[in-house]
Amino acid sequence: MVGMTKKKTLFWLCIFLLPNLLGFLIFIGAPILASLVISFTNWDLVSSLQFTGIDNYIRLVQDPEFWRAFRNTFLFIFGYLPLVMIFGLAAALLLNKPMKLRAFFRATYFLPVITSWVAVSLVWKWLYNPNYGLINYLLSLIGITGPQWLNDPSTAMIGIILASAWKDTGFVMVLFLGGLQTISPSYYEAASIDGASKLRQLLSITIPLLAPTTFFVTIISLINSFQVFDQVMIMTEGGPGGSTTVMVQNIYNYAFRYFEMGYAAAMSWALFIVIFIFTYIQMKFQDKGAV
Amino acid sequence: MANGENGINKFFRSFGFYVLLIVGAFIMIVPFLWMISTSLKNSGATMVFPPEFIPSEPTTENYQEVTGQFPMMRFLWNSLLVAVLSTIGQIIFSAMAGYAFARMQFKGRDKIFLLYLATMMVPTQVTMIPQFILMKEFGWLDTYQAMIVPTMFAVFGTFLMRQAMLSIPRELEEAAFMDGASHFRVFLNVCMPLIKPMIATLGIFTFMQSWNNFLWPLIVVSSRDLATLPLGLSLLQGRWGTDWGLMMSGVVISIVPILAVYLFAQKYFIQGMTMSGMKE
Repeated sequence: MVGMTKKKTLFWLCIFLLPNLLGFLIFIGAPILASLVISFTNWDLVSSLQFTGIDNYIRLVQDPEFWRAFRNTFLFIFGYLPLVMIFGLAAALLLNKPMKLRAFFRATYFLPVITSWVAVSLVWKWLYNPNYGLINYLLSLIGITGPQWLNDPSTAMIGIILASAWKDTGFVMVLFLGGLQTISPSYYEAASIDGASKLRQLLSITIPLLAPTTFFVTIISLINSFQVFDQVMIMTEGGPGGSTTVMVQNIYNYAFRYFEMGYAAAMSWALFIVIFIFTYIQMKFQDKGAV
Repeated sequence: MANGENGINKFFRSFGFYVLLIVGAFIMIVPFLWMISTSLKNSGATMVFPPEFIPSEPTTENYQEVTGQFPMMRFLWNSLLVAVLSTIGQIIFSAMAGYAFARMQFKGRDKIFLLYLATMMVPTQVTMIPQFILMKEFGWLDTYQAMIVPTMFAVFGTFLMRQAMLSIPRELEEAAFMDGASHFRVFLNVCMPLIKPMIATLGIFTFMQSWNNFLWPLIVVSSRDLATLPLGLSLLQGRWGTDWGLMMSGVVISIVPILAVYLFAQKYFIQGMTMSGMKE
C-alpha cells in the first residue's frame, strides 16, 4: 500500500516537474553552458568549431570598440540613473497622499511604462527631429536654437538618456510608492506635534526610512540599464560615429551582423561579470540588513 | 489670525503641489498627444514650422495607407498570438513546477531549485546566442515556434508560482488527500483557485514582456509576415523612416491594444511591473 503511494507520487512528480525542467535545461541551462564554450572558440556559424583558448578574451581587453561600448554604457547610466531616481521619487512623493484624481495621475505617469520601447523610441525620434520636432520648437520659443540631438555625436546620448528617464519614471515611482507605504504614519504625526515643517519631515523621516527601497531601486535600475538596447537600436543604431554604441548593441552587431559568435559570446560574459558584481553587492548588503 | 495664515499657507502649498503634479502629468502625456496629432496630418503638414498642435485639416489617410501598404493587422495578430500562447504556456509550466517544488517531497528538490535560481543572475544576452543556434538546429528560424516555445520557460515565473504555492496552508490539501483526491485534483481544485491573483499578475507581466519584446523576434524572424508589432514598427521605420505621419499612425495602432488591456487591468499591470523589479 505504501509502495503504491510512493509510485503514484513519483508518477505525479514527473508530470508536474518534468515539462518545466526539460524546458529549463534545453532553453536556459544548456545555452548558458554552450555560451561559455562558444566564447572559447572562433565559431562563425559556417566553419567547424575551433577552440582558440582565451583569445577572444584577450582580444576583448585590447579592443577599443569594446571599451568604447563599455564607456558609452556607463555614460548612459551616469545620466539616466540620477534622473530616473529623482523623477521617480518626486512622482511617488506627490502621489503618496490621498487626493482627487490620484488614480488618474498614477495611470498617466505609468503610461510610458506599458508602451513598448520601439513605439516610445519612434515617438521620441520624431520629438527630437531638429527641424520639425516639438522639442526644438519649444526651445525656440524661449530663444534657444536646439541642437541636432540624435544626429550629433555630442548630444545623441543625452537624447537617449532623456527618453529613457521619461519612460522609466513611472516604473521607479511605483517601486517608491510601495516603499512609502511601509512608513508608519505615526512618525509624521509625532513630527507634526513637535512642529516639524514638511521639508524637515521629508529630510528627517521619509528619506532615511526609504533608504532600503532606494537601495533596491538603484540596483534594479542599474542592472536594467546595463542591458540597454531597444531604444539605442531604434533611435540611433549606435551612431552617429559610434557615440551611442552600448554593450548589448555591440554584442548584437558581432553576433547577428558579423556572425562572430565566439567573440560575441565572450562579450556577453563580460557583460555578465559587470552585472554580477552589482548583484553581488546587492545581496551582500541585503544579507547584512545594512542600509 | 494664526489659523488664517495657516489656511493661506495651506492653500499655496496644495496649489504648488497640484501645479507640480499637473506639469509632471503634462510631460508624460504630451509625447502621446503629439504622436496622435502627427498621425492625423498629411505629409505636407508634418513638415511645417512652427508645428500645428491641432491639425488644421485632420485626415485619416495615414491610417488607411499604413494598413493598406503594411500588414499592420497581421503584426497585431502575430503579437497577440505569440503573447497569448507564451503567457498560457508559462503559467501552466510554472504553476505545475511551482506545485512540485512547494508541495511535493523528493530527493534533490532544493538543489534543483537552487540551480534554477542561480541562472536568474545570467542576463538574456548571454543565452541568446546559443538559443539562436538551437533554433537554427531545430529548423525553427523564421517560425512562430521560435518566438513562442522558448519563452514558455522562465525561472522567474517558476519562482513566483513556488512562492505562491508555499503560502497555501497544509490543512487544506491534507483534507483533500484524505478524501482520496490525487495530486492533480489538489493542484487544480485546491491550489490554483487560491493563487488566482498571483496567476493574474504573472500573466499580465508575461504578456507585456512578450508583447513588447523586440530583440528576440529581431533575431529569429526574418520574414515580414511573421513580424510582431515592435519588429513591424522597426520595419516600418526602415521603409518610411521620414514620413512621420505614417510612422506615428503605425505607432498609434501598436499602442491601442495594450492600452485597452491596461485600462481594464491597471492593478495587475502595476503589480506585474513591480515584480519585474524583484526579478533582478
